[in-house]
Amino acid sequence: MSHDRYPASTAGLEVAVLVSVGRHPLTGRARRADQDARAVELALELNAARVRLVHAGRDDSESEAALRGYLGMGFASLTRIDQPEGADALPALLESLREAAPQLLLTGSRAETGEGSGLLPYLLGEELGWPVVTGIAAVESVEGGTATLLQALPRGQRRRLRVRLPAVITVDEAAPAPRQSAFGPAWRGALAVSEQASRPDTALADWTLEPARPRPKRLKVVKAASARDRFKAAAAFRLGGGGQVLTDATPEQGAEAIFKLLHEEGVLRR
Amino acid sequence: MSEIVRRDPRKEWIARNRLHPEHLDVLAELGEGAAPSEWPGPNGRIRRDPHAVGFTGPNGIKRIDRSGVQQGAGRSSAGDRGDGQPARQRVEIESPAFLVAVVPDLAGGRLSSHDRDLLGLARRLADADPQAPGAVVAIVFGEARESGFAEAGVDRLITLDEPRLAGYAPEARIAALSAIEESLSPRHWLLPDSSLGGGELGRRLAARLGERPATGLWQIEPDAGSALGWHATSRGAAGSLDIRRDLPRVALALAECAEPVSETVHAARPLAVPPLPEAFSRVEDLGAVAVDPASVALGEAEFILAAGNGIRDWDGYHRAATALGATEGASRVAVDDGFMPRDRQVGATGTWVTARVYVAVGISGAIQHLQGIQRCDKVVAINVDPGCDMIKRADLAVIGDSAAILEALVARVERERQAAEEQRDVA
Repeated sequence: MSHDRYPASTAGLEVAVLVSVGRHPLTGRARRADQDARAVELALELNAARVRLVHAGRDDSESEAALRGYLGMGFASLTRIDQPEGADALPALLESLREAAPQLLLTGSRAETGEGSGLLPYLLGEELGWPVVTGIAAVESVEGGTATLLQALPRGQRRRLRVRLPAVITVDEAAPAPRQSAFGPAWRGALAVSEQASRPDTALADWTLEPARPRPKRLKVVKAASARDRFKAAAAFRLGGGGQVLTDATPEQGAEAIFKLLHEEGVLRR
Repeated sequence: MSEIVRRDPRKEWIARNRLHPEHLDVLAELGEGAAPSEWPGPNGRIRRDPHAVGFTGPNGIKRIDRSGVQQGAGRSSAGDRGDGQPARQRVEIESPAFLVAVVPDLAGGRLSSHDRDLLGLARRLADADPQAPGAVVAIVFGEARESGFAEAGVDRLITLDEPRLAGYAPEARIAALSAIEESLSPRHWLLPDSSLGGGELGRRLAARLGERPATGLWQIEPDAGSALGWHATSRGAAGSLDIRRDLPRVALALAECAEPVSETVHAARPLAVPPLPEAFSRVEDLGAVAVDPASVALGEAEFILAAGNGIRDWDGYHRAATALGATEGASRVAVDDGFMPRDRQVGATGTWVTARVYVAVGISGAIQHLQGIQRCDKVVAINVDPGCDMIKRADLAVIGDSAAILEALVARVERERQAAEEQRDVA
């Protein structure tokens, strides 16, 4: 793909991607989770890195179809750590990661099913003692035990970070869109099962989970000293056309007024 | 002069009673220079100015308030600060029973509406028991340009203004918050579940403290049976589930989780903290990267130069967008005519934009287009037609030939840039 963008610096780099089973927001069907697929895409763009896919979960036909979606992006196998329903994935993942010892751990920022708190990367980083960086849009280079990353900020801005490896990296919607999953490789790929001890998630069992209720809309309440002020606020004429209009200005005067506004808002770059 | 307002109820009553014989005199006395609507003329006739009566109501229709308050004695009610806002009650909490720690985002150094909602939630937690009120502690990283912490409901303010906490320094910030946890041990930690940093910091804090946080919290209810006395409802599974559970110590709340503080004003007293520990940081911030504005997605662009049917000189328009560093947008007509790509269309059928400054060049403002720019802060219109809808929406409108105005604007910006460069060279 983009071999010239990433020179041989990432050759032999051990990368693990944690993938989960997603849920389509409209149909509710199992699918490859969007953010996790972006993490896989980011890993695939690392030139000559050894990428492993890891999933912790139970075995059923629906989730298998979703996991094969990741295999269809160009992988021969995916490791599924077998966990029963309602288990806490953290201890099993920790054990597996300690054994495999990857240099980079990539994952989406939050799951699309279950609690979906987005806490797992931080817990893994805390337990393994690895730094965690979030919202990464691109991996620029990996050399000398550090990685240079581009972090996505709101408003399409980017920030460059240098992080010491091994590290946990999470991606969100700013990362490159995942490639399409091809049916043939998805079907041929192997789902290797790894057995790990499991711990039930007791706290989650105590909680009540229900379909999301629509949140109440906030009412516009006018706080005023008197009934007359409240009435005036409710009946006030909104001055939509309150802006300044320059009718008989020369282009230079108009440009000056616009320049002043742009300068005040601070949108012009230096 | 004394702040205390001496009221004369009798005069106020006369001012309200239009039929009282002394009504006009009292009005003139209480009116304090406001234009009276009726006065005796030189020949003893009563002269009336109907335009001085009433105020402008919805759609520009004049409304007349016959209560009499409008005439003269407008500032009569006690506790009125003169701007129609009731006076706020001052609350001082000397010895709080517990602390509620809040770490606002402070995007751009100011409290966002999300931060204010969060502080409102903190006040609900702190003021639940009037016998033993808690105090809300706001922890602020870096220099805050906000002056309204007291009005937002902050009792104590911790400002951590050290260079190593600036920029992206999550590990140093978590070390600082852990030190505050050890010295103050607040009962609650509240952070905004936002992409501006609060969501990340809160999750890191929860992982460090070993707490299982409530993320996406949007509602709390008192519940005597739970450990902290509150029951929480939060969103899970990408917003498709509601999780009902006991409120944990660390909570990450969504926007509009509670009403912002509006009736009280608090002390916002600075609170000293013990010196922060030195944290070993493995993440280094190398600074912001210059981003090509053309590559920024239209929906999240900050500054958009949008083109419509009124543009004749398309090369000049593209040149202007490059020179200003603006993201290009277009109206539907410009896209349909093939001058701009489809992914640049702004409006109901295109992208709903959230720019801070939106410059509409030659766009008359169809309702579908105006819907698409609802969430823009400042709109500038350049158009030849002074009567079009875009001019009504715009904060600044320039009537004239768009090509000439854009050219002048580009020249102005380049002049400014050259001057700045010369200054830099001199320095």
